[in-house]
Amino acid sequence: MHELPVMQSILTIVLKHAVMHNVKKVHAINLLVGKLSDLEAEWMQRYFDYLSAGTMAAGARLNIEWAPAVLSCEVCQTRVEINKVNLDGITCPACAKNKFQLVSGKEYHIKNMEAE
Amino acid sequence: MSEIRLIEIKEEILTDNKEEADNLRRKLKDRGIFLLNLMSSPGAGKTSLILRTIEQLKTKFRMGVLEADIDSTVDAEKVAAAGIPAVQIRTGGFCHLDAGMVMKGLDALDLSVIELVIIENVGNLVCPAEFDTGAVKNAMILSVPEGDDKPLKYPLMFNVCDVLLVNKIDYLGLSDFSMKTLHERVRTLNPRIAIIETSCKTGAGIDMWSAWLAEEIKKNRNRREHQ
Repeated sequence: MHELPVMQSILTIVLKHAVMHNVKKVHAINLLVGKLSDLEAEWMQRYFDYLSAGTMAAGARLNIEWAPAVLSCEVCQTRVEINKVNLDGITCPACAKNKFQLVSGKEYHIKNMEAE
Repeated sequence: MSEIRLIEIKEEILTDNKEEADNLRRKLKDRGIFLLNLMSSPGAGKTSLILRTIEQLKTKFRMGVLEADIDSTVDAEKVAAAGIPAVQIRTGGFCHLDAGMVMKGLDALDLSVIELVIIENVGNLVCPAEFDTGAVKNAMILSVPEGDDKPLKYPLMFNVCDVLLVNKIDYLGLSDFSMKTLHERVRTLNPRIAIIETSCKTGAGIDMWSAWLAEEIKKNRNRREHQ
């Protein structure tokens, strides 16, 4: 739902680095996005194309690596990956407790870009 | 055609908003102002809760309210009618508030006479969870008619909040909502969250909510004095 402001932020950061590195054209941007973000790859690309038109990043492909949503047990630190199917009634596979900390799934990171 | 290079970026996408939010938190702390970010679905009772909170706390704290709406001023008018300064922030289609929008809204309040500002965020359980507003504490309302399965559908929102108000408990007898199941689902994602059951209609639980908020404001002040 909020792809537009997120894509604007990605474009701003990418263009800043493009200027720093004397880039003529950005071909691809490699992202790491947490699975809890609720962003959709197709809409990310569409909004990015709309915002980047006429810039050095126009036409750049977004390659998205999705970081899994992972909980860590508060008692024994065992990690368990969650999804919308197994979240209900989830307990630690090691100690059976159900108090967790979220340790992955909120990522919003630009790793690098392929440019000339 | 020149060679394609791999250029390292390694930046967080929402860094700008996070920095703005941290700056705002520092600024408000220096001035002794407590900012509360209130989130929920549309219709869960944000405005009703704010009106109840005003009734309970307006003699203890000088308050202000920031009302975010995509395009209306209805909520701000209700708050202003309760005698509290209210600023309407029209997000113009945006699904959430970010720190920059909150800063602009705060500029329209006379902060020299305010101790507590409540942000009524846009009604939405998805986007507001991802954008730091600069608030000291995040609160959310889940109303009974929405169902006890919402933590499974919007885990991030339940994860980022410090307090959950389960509102409209006067509807409990009319639905299959299980309070026990809800508590379990929420605590799995956020073991330390405070959960307070309320009804803005009957007034049930409003005293507990007001006590929680007053205590957090006090703690925030003490932290400031001890620095």
